[in-house]
Amino acid sequence: MRLVARGLARLVPVLAAISVIVFLIVHAIPGDPAVIAAGLEASPDTVARIRQELGLDRPLHVQFVSFVTRAVQGDLGVSIRTGVPVAREIAERLPHTAALAFGGVLLAVVLGLSAGTWAAVTRRRWVDRAVMAVTLVAVSTPSYWLALMLMLVFSLHLALLPSIGVGTPAHYVLPVTALGLQSAGLIARMTRASLLDTLDQEYVRAARARGASRARLIARHALRNALLPVTSLVGLRIGGLLAGTVLVESVFAIPGVGRMMVDAVIARDFPMVQGGVLVVATLYVVVNALTDVASALADPRVRA
Amino acid sequence: MTSGWRRVAGDAGAVLAALVLAVGFLAAALADVATPYDPLAVDLTRNFQAASTAHPLGTDHLGRDTLSRLIAGARISLGISAVSTAAGLLAGAALGLLAAWRRGLTDRLVVQGIDVLLSFPDMLLAIGVATILGRGALSTIVAVAVLSVPVFARIVRASALAVTSADYVQAARAAGASDVRILARHVLPNCASPLVAQGTIQMGTALLIASGLSFLGLGVQPPDPEWGAMLARGRELLRTSPLGAVAPGVAITLVVLSFSLVGDGLREAFDPRARR
Repeated sequence: MRLVARGLARLVPVLAAISVIVFLIVHAIPGDPAVIAAGLEASPDTVARIRQELGLDRPLHVQFVSFVTRAVQGDLGVSIRTGVPVAREIAERLPHTAALAFGGVLLAVVLGLSAGTWAAVTRRRWVDRAVMAVTLVAVSTPSYWLALMLMLVFSLHLALLPSIGVGTPAHYVLPVTALGLQSAGLIARMTRASLLDTLDQEYVRAARARGASRARLIARHALRNALLPVTSLVGLRIGGLLAGTVLVESVFAIPGVGRMMVDAVIARDFPMVQGGVLVVATLYVVVNALTDVASALADPRVRA
Repeated sequence: MTSGWRRVAGDAGAVLAALVLAVGFLAAALADVATPYDPLAVDLTRNFQAASTAHPLGTDHLGRDTLSRLIAGARISLGISAVSTAAGLLAGAALGLLAAWRRGLTDRLVVQGIDVLLSFPDMLLAIGVATILGRGALSTIVAVAVLSVPVFARIVRASALAVTSADYVQAARAAGASDVRILARHVLPNCASPLVAQGTIQMGTALLIASGLSFLGLGVQPPDPEWGAMLARGRELLRTSPLGAVAPGVAITLVVLSFSLVGDGLREAFDPRARR
Protein backbone atom coordinates (compact mmCIF):
# COMPACT_ATOMS: atom_id res chain seq x y z
CA MET A 1 0.00 0.00 0.00
CA ARG A 2 2.80 2.36 0.93
CA LEU A 3 4.44 1.42 -2.38
CA VAL A 4 1.35 2.30 -4.36
CA ALA A 5 1.13 5.66 -2.59
CA ARG A 6 4.80 6.37 -3.25
CA GLY A 7 4.40 5.42 -6.89
CA LEU A 8 1.44 7.74 -7.27
CA ALA A 9 3.19 10.57 -5.43
CA ARG A 10 6.07 10.42 -7.88
CA LEU A 11 3.53 10.85 -10.65
CA VAL A 12 2.47 14.32 -9.54
CA PRO A 13 5.57 16.36 -10.54
CA VAL A 14 5.83 14.58 -13.88
CA LEU A 15 2.16 15.20 -14.69
CA ALA A 16 2.59 18.83 -13.67
CA ALA A 17 5.62 19.17 -15.95
CA ILE A 18 3.72 17.57 -18.81
CA SER A 19 0.79 19.94 -18.46
CA VAL A 20 3.15 22.94 -18.43
CA ILE A 21 4.97 21.69 -21.54
CA VAL A 22 1.73 20.97 -23.40
CA PHE A 23 0.35 24.37 -22.41
CA LEU A 24 3.51 26.12 -23.59
CA ILE A 25 3.51 24.44 -27.03
CA VAL A 26 1.27 27.17 -28.39
CA HIS A 27 3.11 29.98 -26.64
CA ALA A 28 6.52 28.85 -27.84
CA ILE A 29 5.49 29.30 -31.47
CA PRO A 30 7.51 32.17 -32.93
CA GLY A 31 5.16 34.90 -34.07
CA ASP A 32 1.45 35.18 -33.35
CA PRO A 33 -0.10 31.71 -32.95
CA ALA A 34 -3.53 33.03 -33.92
CA VAL A 35 -2.18 34.35 -37.24
CA ILE A 36 -0.30 31.10 -37.88
CA ALA A 37 -3.38 29.01 -37.09
CA ALA A 38 -5.60 31.18 -39.30
CA GLY A 39 -3.21 31.14 -42.24
CA LEU A 40 -1.65 34.04 -44.12
CA GLU A 41 -4.72 34.97 -46.18
CA ALA A 42 -7.14 35.00 -43.26
CA SER A 43 -9.16 38.11 -42.51
CA PRO A 44 -8.48 40.07 -39.30
CA ASP A 45 -11.88 38.90 -38.04
CA THR A 46 -10.90 35.24 -38.33
CA VAL A 47 -7.61 35.93 -36.56
CA ALA A 48 -9.46 37.74 -33.77
CA ARG A 49 -11.95 34.88 -33.43
CA ILE A 50 -9.18 32.28 -33.23
CA ARG A 51 -7.23 34.42 -30.76
CA GLN A 52 -10.28 34.54 -28.54
CA GLU A 53 -11.00 30.80 -28.96
CA LEU A 54 -7.44 29.99 -27.97
CA GLY A 55 -7.79 32.40 -25.06
CA LEU A 56 -4.64 34.23 -26.16
CA ASP A 57 -6.14 37.62 -25.25
CA ARG A 58 -5.87 36.88 -21.53
CA PRO A 59 -2.81 37.02 -19.22
CA LEU A 60 -0.57 33.93 -19.33
CA HIS A 61 -1.20 32.68 -15.78
CA VAL A 62 -4.98 33.03 -16.19
CA GLN A 63 -4.75 31.00 -19.40
CA PHE A 64 -2.73 28.30 -17.67
CA VAL A 65 -5.08 27.97 -14.71
CA SER A 66 -8.09 27.76 -17.00
CA PHE A 67 -6.26 25.24 -19.24
CA VAL A 68 -5.55 22.94 -16.29
CA THR A 69 -8.98 23.26 -14.61
CA ARG A 70 -10.78 22.54 -17.86
CA ALA A 71 -8.44 19.64 -18.73
CA VAL A 72 -9.06 18.03 -15.33
CA GLN A 73 -12.80 18.27 -16.02
CA GLY A 74 -12.29 16.56 -19.37
CA ASP A 75 -12.63 19.70 -21.49
CA LEU A 76 -9.75 19.94 -23.95
CA GLY A 77 -11.18 22.76 -26.03
CA VAL A 78 -12.52 22.62 -29.57
CA SER A 79 -10.81 22.05 -32.89
CA ILE A 80 -10.03 25.27 -34.77
CA ARG A 81 -10.74 23.53 -38.07
CA THR A 82 -13.88 21.51 -37.41
CA GLY A 83 -15.33 22.95 -34.21
CA VAL A 84 -15.61 19.43 -32.77
CA PRO A 85 -14.70 19.12 -29.07
CA VAL A 86 -11.18 17.71 -28.87
CA ALA A 87 -12.11 15.34 -26.03
CA ARG A 88 -14.89 13.77 -28.11
CA GLU A 89 -12.61 13.32 -31.11
CA ILE A 90 -10.00 11.63 -28.91
CA ALA A 91 -12.60 9.42 -27.20
CA GLU A 92 -13.72 8.18 -30.61
CA ARG A 93 -10.21 7.48 -31.82
CA LEU A 94 -8.54 6.17 -28.66
CA PRO A 95 -10.04 2.64 -28.86
CA HIS A 96 -8.25 2.02 -32.20
CA THR A 97 -4.93 3.25 -30.84
CA ALA A 98 -5.37 1.34 -27.57
CA ALA A 99 -6.26 -1.89 -29.38
CA LEU A 100 -3.20 -1.50 -31.58
CA ALA A 101 -0.89 -0.78 -28.65
CA PHE A 102 -2.33 -3.58 -26.53
CA GLY A 103 -2.00 -6.10 -29.36
CA GLY A 104 1.54 -4.95 -30.01
CA VAL A 105 2.52 -5.35 -26.36
CA LEU A 106 0.94 -8.80 -26.16
CA LEU A 107 2.79 -9.94 -29.26
CA ALA A 108 6.05 -8.40 -28.03
CA VAL A 109 5.81 -10.03 -24.59
CA VAL A 110 4.87 -13.51 -25.81
CA LEU A 111 7.36 -13.55 -28.67
CA GLY A 112 10.13 -11.75 -26.77
CA LEU A 113 9.93 -13.91 -23.64
CA SER A 114 9.90 -17.18 -25.55
CA ALA A 115 12.70 -16.20 -27.93
CA GLY A 116 14.84 -14.75 -25.13
CA THR A 117 14.37 -17.77 -22.87
CA TRP A 118 15.06 -20.15 -25.73
CA ALA A 119 18.28 -18.35 -26.63
CA ALA A 120 19.47 -18.34 -23.02
CA VAL A 121 18.80 -21.98 -22.14
CA THR A 122 19.53 -23.75 -25.40
CA ARG A 123 22.63 -25.90 -25.52
CA ARG A 124 22.87 -25.42 -29.26
CA ARG A 125 25.07 -22.42 -29.86
CA TRP A 126 23.72 -21.73 -33.33
CA VAL A 127 20.18 -21.30 -31.97
CA ASP A 128 21.40 -18.62 -29.57
CA ARG A 129 23.32 -16.85 -32.33
CA ALA A 130 20.39 -17.05 -34.76
CA VAL A 131 17.94 -15.62 -32.21
CA MET A 132 20.37 -12.81 -31.40
CA ALA A 133 20.87 -12.00 -35.09
CA VAL A 134 17.13 -11.98 -35.85
CA THR A 135 16.34 -9.80 -32.81
CA LEU A 136 19.09 -7.34 -33.78
CA VAL A 137 17.51 -6.92 -37.21
CA ALA A 138 14.06 -6.60 -35.60
CA VAL A 139 15.31 -3.85 -33.28
CA SER A 140 16.86 -1.91 -36.19
CA THR A 141 13.92 -2.09 -38.61
CA PRO A 142 11.67 0.99 -38.71
CA SER A 143 8.12 -0.09 -37.83
CA TYR A 144 6.57 1.87 -40.67
CA TRP A 145 8.81 0.22 -43.26
CA LEU A 146 8.08 -3.22 -41.83
CA ALA A 147 4.42 -2.25 -42.14
CA LEU A 148 4.90 -1.41 -45.81
CA MET A 149 6.70 -4.68 -46.49
CA LEU A 150 4.02 -6.73 -44.69
CA MET A 151 1.40 -4.92 -46.74
CA LEU A 152 3.33 -5.61 -49.95
CA VAL A 153 3.63 -9.33 -49.25
CA PHE A 154 0.44 -10.27 -47.41
CA SER A 155 -2.08 -7.84 -48.90
CA LEU A 156 -0.87 -7.06 -52.41
CA HIS A 157 0.87 -10.28 -53.41
CA LEU A 158 -0.77 -13.04 -51.39
CA ALA A 159 -4.08 -11.20 -50.84
CA LEU A 160 -4.39 -12.90 -47.46
CA LEU A 161 -5.12 -9.88 -45.26
CA PRO A 162 -6.78 -6.49 -45.72
CA SER A 163 -4.34 -3.64 -46.31
CA ILE A 164 -6.02 -0.55 -44.86
CA GLY A 165 -8.76 0.58 -42.52
CA VAL A 166 -10.39 -1.04 -39.49
CA GLY A 167 -13.47 -3.16 -38.98
CA THR A 168 -12.58 -6.82 -38.58
CA PRO A 169 -9.95 -8.43 -36.35
CA ALA A 170 -8.08 -9.37 -39.55
CA HIS A 171 -7.46 -5.66 -40.13
CA TYR A 172 -5.32 -5.59 -37.00
CA VAL A 173 -3.01 -8.51 -37.82
CA LEU A 174 -0.51 -6.62 -39.96
CA PRO A 175 -0.48 -3.36 -37.94
CA VAL A 176 -0.01 -5.23 -34.65
CA THR A 177 2.83 -7.29 -36.13
CA ALA A 178 4.55 -4.21 -37.54
CA LEU A 179 4.17 -2.40 -34.24
CA GLY A 180 5.15 -5.21 -31.88
CA LEU A 181 8.15 -6.81 -33.59
CA GLN A 182 10.68 -4.15 -32.60
CA SER A 183 9.66 -4.38 -28.94
CA ALA A 184 9.69 -8.18 -29.17
CA GLY A 185 13.34 -7.93 -30.21
CA LEU A 186 14.17 -5.63 -27.28
CA ILE A 187 12.36 -7.86 -24.79
CA ALA A 188 14.02 -11.00 -26.16
CA ARG A 189 17.49 -9.49 -25.78
CA MET A 190 16.78 -8.25 -22.28
CA THR A 191 15.27 -11.60 -21.23
CA ARG A 192 18.29 -13.50 -22.54
CA ALA A 193 20.83 -11.26 -20.81
CA SER A 194 18.92 -11.24 -17.54
CA LEU A 195 18.38 -15.00 -17.56
CA LEU A 196 22.05 -15.69 -18.28
CA ASP A 197 22.96 -13.41 -15.35
CA THR A 198 20.57 -15.20 -13.03
CA LEU A 199 21.69 -18.68 -14.07
CA ASP A 200 25.16 -17.60 -13.00
CA GLN A 201 24.04 -16.69 -9.45
CA GLU A 202 25.12 -18.78 -6.49
CA TYR A 203 21.65 -19.86 -5.40
CA VAL A 204 21.00 -21.31 -8.85
CA ARG A 205 24.32 -23.13 -8.77
CA ALA A 206 23.46 -24.40 -5.32
CA ALA A 207 20.12 -25.71 -6.59
CA ARG A 208 21.94 -27.38 -9.44
CA ALA A 209 24.39 -28.96 -7.02
CA ARG A 210 21.44 -30.31 -5.02
CA GLY A 211 20.42 -32.12 -8.18
CA ALA A 212 17.47 -30.01 -9.33
CA SER A 213 16.47 -30.82 -12.88
CA ARG A 214 17.29 -28.29 -15.58
CA ALA A 215 13.66 -27.51 -16.32
CA ARG A 216 12.90 -26.98 -12.62
CA LEU A 217 16.00 -24.88 -12.24
CA ILE A 218 14.92 -22.50 -14.98
CA ALA A 219 11.21 -22.40 -14.24
CA ARG A 220 11.38 -22.18 -10.45
CA HIS A 221 14.61 -20.44 -9.67
CA ALA A 222 15.93 -18.45 -12.60
CA LEU A 223 13.00 -17.19 -14.63
CA ARG A 224 11.15 -15.54 -11.76
CA ASN A 225 14.07 -13.37 -10.84
CA ALA A 226 15.22 -12.83 -14.38
CA LEU A 227 11.85 -11.32 -15.24
CA LEU A 228 12.13 -8.35 -12.86
CA PRO A 229 14.14 -6.09 -15.20
CA VAL A 230 12.01 -7.33 -18.10
CA THR A 231 8.84 -6.09 -16.36
CA SER A 232 10.02 -2.49 -16.26
CA LEU A 233 11.10 -2.71 -19.90
CA VAL A 234 7.61 -3.94 -20.80
CA GLY A 235 6.13 -0.94 -18.97
CA LEU A 236 8.32 1.42 -20.96
CA ARG A 237 7.40 -0.34 -24.19
CA ILE A 238 3.63 -0.05 -23.56
CA GLY A 239 4.03 3.70 -23.48
CA GLY A 240 6.44 3.69 -26.39
CA LEU A 241 4.01 1.65 -28.47
CA LEU A 242 1.12 3.94 -27.55
CA ALA A 243 3.05 6.82 -29.11
CA GLY A 244 4.62 4.63 -31.80
CA THR A 245 1.20 3.75 -33.20
CA VAL A 246 1.27 7.10 -35.02
CA LEU A 247 3.59 5.66 -37.70
CA VAL A 248 1.71 2.41 -38.15
CA GLU A 249 -1.66 4.19 -38.14
CA SER A 250 -0.41 6.28 -41.03
CA VAL A 251 0.58 3.27 -43.12
CA PHE A 252 -2.65 1.36 -42.58
CA ALA A 253 -4.96 4.41 -42.54
CA ILE A 254 -6.22 3.59 -39.06
CA PRO A 255 -8.29 6.45 -37.58
CA GLY A 256 -6.42 6.60 -34.26
CA VAL A 257 -5.13 9.37 -32.01
CA GLY A 258 -1.65 9.28 -33.55
CA ARG A 259 -2.78 10.08 -37.06
CA MET A 260 -5.07 12.74 -35.61
CA MET A 261 -2.12 14.51 -34.00
CA VAL A 262 -0.05 14.45 -37.20
CA ASP A 263 -2.95 15.80 -39.26
CA ALA A 264 -3.49 18.47 -36.60
CA VAL A 265 0.18 19.57 -36.77
CA ILE A 266 -0.06 19.85 -40.55
CA ALA A 267 -3.38 21.77 -40.31
CA ARG A 268 -1.96 23.91 -37.43
CA ASP A 269 -4.97 22.90 -35.32
CA PHE A 270 -3.30 23.64 -31.99
CA PRO A 271 -6.02 22.52 -29.53
CA MET A 272 -6.10 19.11 -31.28
CA VAL A 273 -2.31 18.76 -30.96
CA GLN A 274 -2.34 19.81 -27.31
CA GLY A 275 -5.23 17.48 -26.44
CA GLY A 276 -3.64 14.50 -28.17
CA VAL A 277 -0.20 15.02 -26.64
CA LEU A 278 -1.69 15.59 -23.18
CA VAL A 279 -3.81 12.42 -23.26
CA VAL A 280 -1.14 10.13 -24.71
CA ALA A 281 1.63 11.48 -22.45
CA THR A 282 -0.58 11.08 -19.38
CA LEU A 283 -1.45 7.50 -20.32
CA TYR A 284 2.25 6.85 -20.86
CA VAL A 285 3.39 8.03 -17.43
CA VAL A 286 0.46 6.39 -15.64
CA VAL A 287 1.20 3.04 -17.30
CA ASN A 288 4.87 3.38 -16.37
CA ALA A 289 4.03 4.19 -12.77
CA LEU A 290 1.71 1.17 -12.60
CA THR A 291 4.38 -1.19 -13.94
CA ASP A 292 6.90 0.28 -11.49
CA VAL A 293 4.53 -0.50 -8.64
CA ALA A 294 3.81 -3.95 -10.07
CA SER A 295 7.46 -4.89 -10.41
CA ALA A 296 8.15 -3.55 -6.92
CA LEU A 297 5.35 -5.73 -5.54
CA ALA A 298 6.86 -8.73 -7.31
CA ASP A 299 10.31 -8.09 -5.85
CA PRO A 300 10.56 -9.19 -2.21
CA ARG A 301 13.72 -7.11 -1.72
CA VAL A 302 11.81 -3.93 -2.49
CA ARG A 303 8.59 -5.06 -0.80
CA ALA A 304 10.28 -5.66 2.53
CA MET B 1 47.37 -0.10 -31.68
CA THR B 2 46.06 -0.11 -28.11
CA SER B 3 44.39 -3.23 -26.78
CA GLY B 4 40.94 -1.60 -27.00
CA TRP B 5 41.21 -1.01 -30.72
CA ARG B 6 42.64 -4.50 -31.22
CA ARG B 7 39.52 -5.89 -29.51
CA VAL B 8 37.27 -3.89 -31.85
CA ALA B 9 39.23 -5.19 -34.85
CA GLY B 10 38.68 -8.75 -33.61
CA ASP B 11 34.91 -8.26 -33.56
CA ALA B 12 33.90 -9.41 -37.04
CA GLY B 13 30.37 -8.00 -36.83
CA ALA B 14 31.60 -4.58 -35.75
CA VAL B 15 34.21 -4.46 -38.51
CA LEU B 16 31.64 -5.38 -41.16
CA ALA B 17 29.23 -2.81 -39.75
CA ALA B 18 31.96 -0.16 -39.79
CA LEU B 19 32.50 -0.93 -43.48
CA VAL B 20 28.78 -0.45 -44.18
CA LEU B 21 28.88 2.90 -42.40
CA ALA B 22 32.02 3.89 -44.32
CA VAL B 23 30.21 3.21 -47.60
CA GLY B 24 27.20 5.20 -46.37
CA PHE B 25 29.24 8.21 -45.32
CA LEU B 26 31.32 8.03 -48.52
CA ALA B 27 28.10 8.12 -50.54
CA ALA B 28 26.93 11.08 -48.47
CA ALA B 29 30.22 12.93 -48.98
CA LEU B 30 30.42 12.25 -52.71
CA ALA B 31 26.68 12.59 -53.41
CA ASP B 32 27.28 15.45 -55.88
CA VAL B 33 29.48 13.38 -58.17
CA ALA B 34 28.53 9.79 -57.30
CA THR B 35 24.89 9.88 -58.40
CA PRO B 36 24.44 8.36 -61.89
CA TYR B 37 21.55 10.76 -62.57
CA ASP B 38 20.26 14.05 -61.18
CA PRO B 39 18.20 12.91 -58.13
CA LEU B 40 15.65 15.68 -58.69
CA ALA B 41 15.40 15.52 -62.50
CA VAL B 42 11.85 14.69 -63.60
CA ASP B 43 11.49 12.62 -66.78
CA LEU B 44 7.93 11.43 -67.24
CA THR B 45 8.84 9.33 -70.28
CA ARG B 46 10.87 7.06 -68.02
CA ASN B 47 8.64 6.69 -64.96
CA PHE B 48 7.79 3.43 -63.16
CA GLN B 49 10.73 1.53 -64.65
CA ALA B 50 11.76 -1.78 -63.11
CA ALA B 51 15.36 -2.54 -62.24
CA SER B 52 17.66 -2.48 -65.26
CA THR B 53 21.33 -1.89 -66.01
CA ALA B 54 20.56 1.75 -66.72
CA HIS B 55 18.55 2.13 -63.49
CA PRO B 56 19.70 -0.59 -61.03
CA LEU B 57 16.88 0.27 -58.59
CA GLY B 58 14.36 1.42 -61.17
CA THR B 59 12.67 4.83 -61.38
CA ASP B 60 9.81 6.43 -59.44
CA HIS B 61 6.50 7.96 -60.55
CA LEU B 62 8.28 11.05 -61.89
CA GLY B 63 10.98 9.06 -63.68
CA ARG B 64 13.65 9.95 -61.12
CA ASP B 65 16.42 7.37 -60.67
CA THR B 66 15.91 5.60 -57.32
CA LEU B 67 19.61 4.77 -56.83
CA SER B 68 20.57 8.41 -57.35
CA ARG B 69 17.92 9.52 -54.88
CA LEU B 70 19.13 6.94 -52.38
CA ILE B 71 22.70 8.27 -52.63
CA ALA B 72 21.60 11.89 -52.42
CA GLY B 73 19.35 10.87 -49.51
CA ALA B 74 22.36 9.48 -47.64
CA ARG B 75 23.69 13.01 -47.33
CA ILE B 76 20.41 14.33 -45.90
CA SER B 77 19.58 11.34 -43.67
CA LEU B 78 23.09 10.75 -42.29
CA GLY B 79 23.66 14.50 -42.08
CA ILE B 80 20.55 15.04 -39.93
CA SER B 81 21.44 12.10 -37.72
CA ALA B 82 25.06 13.29 -37.25
CA VAL B 83 24.21 16.95 -36.61
CA SER B 84 21.36 16.21 -34.19
CA THR B 85 23.40 13.65 -32.26
CA ALA B 86 26.39 16.01 -32.04
CA ALA B 87 24.15 18.81 -30.75
CA GLY B 88 22.52 16.49 -28.22
CA LEU B 89 25.90 15.18 -27.12
CA LEU B 90 27.38 18.65 -26.56
CA ALA B 91 24.34 19.94 -24.67
CA GLY B 92 23.94 16.72 -22.69
CA ALA B 93 27.62 16.54 -21.78
CA ALA B 94 27.62 20.18 -20.66
CA LEU B 95 24.55 19.62 -18.47
CA GLY B 96 25.94 16.39 -17.03
CA LEU B 97 29.28 18.02 -16.19
CA LEU B 98 27.56 21.01 -14.64
CA ALA B 99 25.37 18.79 -12.47
CA ALA B 100 28.27 16.64 -11.29
CA TRP B 101 30.50 19.65 -10.68
CA ARG B 102 28.10 21.95 -8.85
CA ARG B 103 26.14 19.19 -7.05
CA GLY B 104 23.35 20.41 -4.75
CA LEU B 105 20.42 22.25 -6.26
CA THR B 106 21.90 22.35 -9.79
CA ASP B 107 22.29 18.59 -9.74
CA ARG B 108 18.74 18.02 -8.49
CA LEU B 109 17.31 20.31 -11.18
CA VAL B 110 19.25 18.57 -13.95
CA VAL B 111 18.24 15.12 -12.73
CA GLN B 112 14.58 16.20 -12.50
CA GLY B 113 14.78 17.66 -16.01
CA ILE B 114 16.29 14.43 -17.33
CA ASP B 115 13.46 12.45 -15.73
CA VAL B 116 10.78 14.63 -17.27
CA LEU B 117 12.35 14.46 -20.74
CA LEU B 118 12.73 10.69 -20.49
CA SER B 119 9.13 10.38 -19.35
CA PHE B 120 7.99 11.84 -22.69
CA PRO B 121 7.57 9.32 -25.53
CA ASP B 122 9.92 10.33 -28.36
CA MET B 123 7.29 10.66 -31.08
CA LEU B 124 5.20 12.96 -28.87
CA LEU B 125 8.13 15.26 -28.17
CA ALA B 126 8.90 15.36 -31.89
CA ILE B 127 5.27 16.22 -32.66
CA GLY B 128 5.44 19.04 -30.10
CA VAL B 129 8.62 20.46 -31.65
CA ALA B 130 7.15 20.21 -35.15
CA THR B 131 4.12 22.18 -33.92
CA ILE B 132 6.33 24.93 -32.55
CA LEU B 133 8.93 25.20 -35.30
CA GLY B 134 6.79 24.08 -38.21
CA ARG B 135 7.56 21.17 -40.49
CA GLY B 136 11.01 20.72 -42.02
CA ALA B 137 14.56 19.53 -41.53
CA LEU B 138 15.30 22.11 -38.81
CA SER B 139 12.50 21.01 -36.49
CA THR B 140 13.54 17.38 -37.02
CA ILE B 141 17.12 18.17 -36.00
CA VAL B 142 15.96 20.10 -32.93
CA ALA B 143 13.51 17.36 -31.90
CA VAL B 144 16.04 14.56 -32.21
CA ALA B 145 18.75 16.61 -30.46
CA VAL B 146 16.43 17.39 -27.54
CA LEU B 147 15.52 13.70 -27.29
CA SER B 148 19.17 12.68 -27.00
CA VAL B 149 20.17 15.33 -24.42
CA PRO B 150 18.99 13.34 -21.36
CA VAL B 151 20.72 10.17 -22.60
CA PHE B 152 24.10 11.89 -22.79
CA ALA B 153 23.59 14.03 -19.68
CA ARG B 154 22.96 10.91 -17.63
CA ILE B 155 26.11 9.14 -18.83
CA VAL B 156 28.38 12.14 -18.32
CA ARG B 157 26.91 12.94 -14.91
CA ALA B 158 27.45 9.38 -13.71
CA SER B 159 31.04 9.16 -14.99
CA ALA B 160 31.88 12.64 -13.74
CA LEU B 161 30.43 11.99 -10.28
CA ALA B 162 32.55 8.86 -10.00
CA VAL B 163 35.69 10.70 -11.07
CA THR B 164 35.31 13.87 -9.00
CA SER B 165 35.24 11.90 -5.78
CA ALA B 166 38.22 9.75 -6.77
CA ASP B 167 41.41 10.14 -4.74
CA TYR B 168 43.57 11.30 -7.62
CA VAL B 169 41.20 14.15 -8.42
CA GLN B 170 41.10 15.19 -4.77
CA ALA B 171 44.90 15.05 -4.84
CA ALA B 172 45.06 17.19 -7.98
CA ARG B 173 42.75 19.70 -6.36
CA ALA B 174 44.81 19.75 -3.17
CA ALA B 175 47.88 20.35 -5.33
CA GLY B 176 46.20 23.51 -6.60
CA ALA B 177 44.96 22.43 -10.03
CA SER B 178 42.25 24.72 -11.42
CA ASP B 179 38.70 23.52 -12.09
CA VAL B 180 39.24 23.79 -15.83
CA ARG B 181 42.44 21.77 -15.64
CA ILE B 182 40.78 19.03 -13.58
CA LEU B 183 37.85 18.92 -16.00
CA ALA B 184 40.07 18.72 -19.05
CA ARG B 185 42.73 16.38 -17.69
CA HIS B 186 40.75 14.00 -15.51
CA VAL B 187 36.99 14.23 -15.84
CA LEU B 188 36.48 14.49 -19.62
CA PRO B 189 38.88 11.69 -20.61
CA ASN B 190 37.01 9.38 -18.26
CA CYS B 191 33.66 10.17 -19.86
CA ALA B 192 35.03 9.88 -23.39
CA SER B 193 34.69 6.18 -24.10
CA PRO B 194 31.10 5.69 -22.87
CA LEU B 195 30.17 8.90 -24.71
CA VAL B 196 31.64 7.71 -28.01
CA ALA B 197 29.95 4.31 -27.70
CA GLN B 198 26.57 5.83 -26.80
CA GLY B 199 26.95 8.52 -29.46
CA THR B 200 27.40 5.85 -32.11
CA ILE B 201 24.30 3.95 -31.01
CA GLN B 202 22.38 7.22 -30.73
CA MET B 203 23.14 8.04 -34.39
CA GLY B 204 21.09 4.97 -35.33
CA THR B 205 18.24 5.96 -33.01
CA ALA B 206 18.34 9.47 -34.47
CA LEU B 207 18.04 8.08 -37.99
CA LEU B 208 15.04 5.95 -36.97
CA ILE B 209 13.19 8.90 -35.44
CA ALA B 210 14.15 11.47 -38.07
CA SER B 211 13.15 9.22 -40.98
CA GLY B 212 9.91 8.42 -39.16
CA LEU B 213 9.13 12.14 -38.88
CA SER B 214 9.79 12.67 -42.59
CA PHE B 215 7.68 9.62 -43.37
CA LEU B 216 4.79 11.26 -41.47
CA GLY B 217 5.27 14.46 -43.46
CA LEU B 218 6.56 16.43 -40.45
CA GLY B 219 10.26 16.35 -41.32
CA VAL B 220 12.16 16.83 -44.57
CA GLN B 221 9.71 17.84 -47.30
CA PRO B 222 9.55 16.55 -50.88
CA PRO B 223 11.20 16.67 -53.37
CA ASP B 224 14.29 16.27 -51.15
CA PRO B 225 15.16 12.56 -51.14
CA GLU B 226 15.42 11.93 -47.38
CA TRP B 227 15.01 8.17 -46.89
CA GLY B 228 11.87 8.41 -44.75
CA ALA B 229 10.31 10.91 -47.15
CA MET B 230 11.11 8.54 -50.03
CA LEU B 231 9.24 5.79 -48.15
CA ALA B 232 6.21 8.03 -47.71
CA ARG B 233 5.98 8.25 -51.50
CA GLY B 234 6.79 4.54 -51.75
CA ARG B 235 3.64 3.76 -49.77
CA GLU B 236 1.45 5.34 -52.41
CA LEU B 237 3.31 3.56 -55.20
CA LEU B 238 3.59 0.18 -53.50
CA ARG B 239 1.70 -1.58 -56.27
CA THR B 240 3.35 0.11 -59.24
CA SER B 241 6.97 0.37 -58.11
CA PRO B 242 7.65 -1.81 -55.06
CA LEU B 243 11.42 -1.38 -55.41
CA GLY B 244 11.05 2.29 -54.52
CA ALA B 245 9.53 1.25 -51.19
CA VAL B 246 12.03 -1.53 -50.53
CA ALA B 247 15.34 0.25 -51.17
CA PRO B 248 15.18 3.18 -48.70
CA GLY B 249 13.92 0.85 -45.94
CA VAL B 250 16.83 -1.54 -46.49
CA ALA B 251 19.19 1.44 -46.34
CA ILE B 252 17.73 2.69 -43.04
CA THR B 253 17.70 -0.77 -41.43
CA LEU B 254 21.26 -1.54 -42.54
CA VAL B 255 22.62 1.77 -41.25
CA VAL B 256 20.77 1.58 -37.90
CA LEU B 257 21.95 -2.01 -37.46
CA SER B 258 25.53 -1.00 -38.24
CA PHE B 259 25.50 1.92 -35.81
CA SER B 260 24.38 -0.35 -32.98
CA LEU B 261 26.91 -3.09 -33.85
CA VAL B 262 29.79 -0.58 -33.94
CA GLY B 263 28.54 1.13 -30.77
CA ASP B 264 28.26 -2.19 -28.92
CA GLY B 265 31.68 -3.21 -30.20
CA LEU B 266 33.22 0.03 -28.94
CA ARG B 267 31.54 -0.29 -25.57
CA GLU B 268 32.63 -3.87 -25.06
CA ALA B 269 36.17 -3.09 -26.17
CA PHE B 270 36.70 -0.01 -24.00
CA ASP B 271 34.45 -0.56 -21.00
CA PRO B 272 35.79 -3.43 -18.90
CA ARG B 273 32.47 -3.75 -17.05
CA ALA B 274 30.47 -4.40 -20.23
CA ARG B 275 32.58 -7.41 -21.18
CA ARG B 276 31.34 -10.86 -20.36
